[in-house]
Amino acid sequence: MPGTLTATELELTHGTGAPPPPAGAGGGEGGGAGGAGVPARAYYTGISLALAGILMFFMALVSSFIVRKADAGWQPVQLPPLLWLNTLALVASSMTLERARIHLKNRDARLFARWWGITTLLGLLFLAGQVAAWAQMRAAGVFLASNPSSSFFYLLTGAHALHLVGGVGALAYVALRGWGFAKVTQDVAADVTGIYWHFMDGLWVFLLLILYFGR
Amino acid sequence: MTTEAHAGHAPHVHAAPSGFIRKWIFSLDHKIIGIQYYLLSLVAVFTGMFLSLLMRFHLVYPAKPLPFMGDAIMTPEQYLALLTMHGTIMVFFVLTTAPQGGFGNYFLPIQIGAADMAFPVLNMLSFWVTFVAFVVMVAAFFVEGGAPISGWTGYAPLSALGVIAGPGLGLGQDLWIISIALFCVASLMGALNFITTVIDLRAKGLTLMRMPLTVWAWFVTAILGLLAFGVLLAAGILLLLDRNAGTSFFIPGGLVVSDKMIDHKGGSPLLWQHLFWYFGHPEVYIAILPGMGVASHVLSTFARKPIYGYKAMVYAICAIGILGFCVWGHHMFMSGMSPYTAFAFSLLTMSIGVPSAIKTFNWLGTLWGGQIHFKCAMLFALGFVSLFVSGGVDGLFLAQPSVDRPLHDTYWVVAHFHLIMGVAAIFGIFAATYFWFPKMFGRYMNETLGKIHFWITFIGVYLIFMPMHYIGMAGQMRRYPDGTGIGFVGELVGVQTFITHAAFVTIAAQLLFLVNFMWSAWKGPQAEKNPWNATTLEWTVPSPPPHDNFAGHYPSVYRGPYEFSVPGQEDDHLPQDVPPDKLKK
Repeated sequence: MPGTLTATELELTHGTGAPPPPAGAGGGEGGGAGGAGVPARAYYTGISLALAGILMFFMALVSSFIVRKADAGWQPVQLPPLLWLNTLALVASSMTLERARIHLKNRDARLFARWWGITTLLGLLFLAGQVAAWAQMRAAGVFLASNPSSSFFYLLTGAHALHLVGGVGALAYVALRGWGFAKVTQDVAADVTGIYWHFMDGLWVFLLLILYFGR
Repeated sequence: MTTEAHAGHAPHVHAAPSGFIRKWIFSLDHKIIGIQYYLLSLVAVFTGMFLSLLMRFHLVYPAKPLPFMGDAIMTPEQYLALLTMHGTIMVFFVLTTAPQGGFGNYFLPIQIGAADMAFPVLNMLSFWVTFVAFVVMVAAFFVEGGAPISGWTGYAPLSALGVIAGPGLGLGQDLWIISIALFCVASLMGALNFITTVIDLRAKGLTLMRMPLTVWAWFVTAILGLLAFGVLLAAGILLLLDRNAGTSFFIPGGLVVSDKMIDHKGGSPLLWQHLFWYFGHPEVYIAILPGMGVASHVLSTFARKPIYGYKAMVYAICAIGILGFCVWGHHMFMSGMSPYTAFAFSLLTMSIGVPSAIKTFNWLGTLWGGQIHFKCAMLFALGFVSLFVSGGVDGLFLAQPSVDRPLHDTYWVVAHFHLIMGVAAIFGIFAATYFWFPKMFGRYMNETLGKIHFWITFIGVYLIFMPMHYIGMAGQMRRYPDGTGIGFVGELVGVQTFITHAAFVTIAAQLLFLVNFMWSAWKGPQAEKNPWNATTLEWTVPSPPPHDNFAGHYPSVYRGPYEFSVPGQEDDHLPQDVPPDKLKK
């Protein structure tokens, strides 16, 4: 498989071996960065902040949905059952991602690559399933502009899918890029990607429940 | 390149770039990126001022064509297009760009003892996306139909209906939305960078409560930006869908526009207002907070006194930030909301006066008993305090729903937001420029020219914006291109003429600043490391700083940022990075 890491390469990207510390505020002694490099925990801080911003974006859409739903003339939209299968794929992908990360920590390049690859495939499966669900809706005559309920359906699922495409890109990047001369270790990159992926998974479940109970 | 334990980490920061493109165009150096943001905002501010001159001329001579612009008289729609673009360009590309992207980018890493921002590539991307956003925005002038006419607030349904509702509402409005969306993405990336840098890259010994107030201001501003710009992005996407995909998020049913039935239903114009102002109010705090940080910093330095009540200043910045998310409804008092809702928003709005007053009194407390040096930076910082009080106090009137009723959409509102944003925040930028210019360019700006610039501008802006309170109370409506034909408003044309004359003179005086800036950057007298005898870390490095800021010798911090005139010390300023045993006694 292209981009598979050999054991030696994994050794080189290993770094200190201890799991990187989570993002902290460093109140007592200052950041302790020493001014020179960027500590690995900065990447954890960064991804958490990015998710805060993304969450506000989705919350704006969800608030709009809730506000609009309260108005008269709301025609609920029938959600295609395929969505639940897609959800299963995405939840499974989170589990396989965690499996892959454990293998990476144990320095097992082969099993890491396999389970990371399965995660990517499940992610792609989810996206394909979403596209299929949209096709089903279109076949049933329900389009973006059909009514407010359908507009929000396409909007929320579409916005989430776009962010997930970014996630799949990140999964590929972590697997395929050479980490020998990178600013962070592959561990950190995998961790950070994992945080993003799990968030997108949780966000999807939230959005689906909102759409389901709010329809 | 070592292969064992360090292989995962590239050595420190990116190496110094070579080649013109890497050094000056696609630079990863926060200092260059800061200057790029500043220069972009300089172009934007002169564009915005030019648009306002056209507006001011038309208000006083509505029946005359503009000088040098042919024989056609400005139509009302063209006036609306001018004010839309004036507001948008000024609020986004000047006030949200120069203080944070410009000075924040340049000085935040140095003031915390870091070599660069946490994510230099993201930083570079932030600038270039902002640049593209500006190009897209200006392009709206040149497309068919011209620039949009729906105001910088872009209220639906006007902004959502397309060309049927007026000129500029076709491609011009779409470009406006796309530009704003790009700006949102750039701002989110920048905010992420700032916050991470402050949390994770501070020097040894630099605790949060030893950070300069400029850093606190940039930090809280970035948090506001991170949480607010996503909402604007969402609103913009919904608007684009309404305009181009047939959805009805904002367009209600039953509209007849230009004698045509609009085929939309179910949307809510109020939804746009909520989404926009939920972003819009934090946005104005994003515009003013960095100026507050700079004012604190400059006042302390040139009064040779510690800032009065450093802790209270920090809490006040945080309080303003938090409360800023709770008051958006005060922009919507006239939208038909329940008086109880209005009461709640009013109470919360007025409560922002408390931390603001704490800051104002602490600025005065900093000056009290100080040994004041009236350098240009100090003059503009003092001017900031004056204008912040003026612009803030007239906002308190608007914070009462019953008083907002006659004042809403009058020139009182125009006076308020111009005093607080269009002047106080700008004075913050001027103070920062005169203060940090020697560090950025290694040369001094001309003090005499700067003082002339200050006095003309300071008196000029009061002459422009104070009379607007009067005509606002008298009932002059905002966004009206021609009030001369309306009885009671027509009588106010004398005041409008006075304002226009003051505006022309004041704007002309800004050329003094431009000349001073450009000439001094190349030909000004050489500046040394610490011309103002200041205490923060940027004054410990050469002017201008080397590529990695500290030439490999990263500082440790031993004290707070405003140790001026400390009793028992020989020097009247104690730099943050000098160990206690090395101080002269």
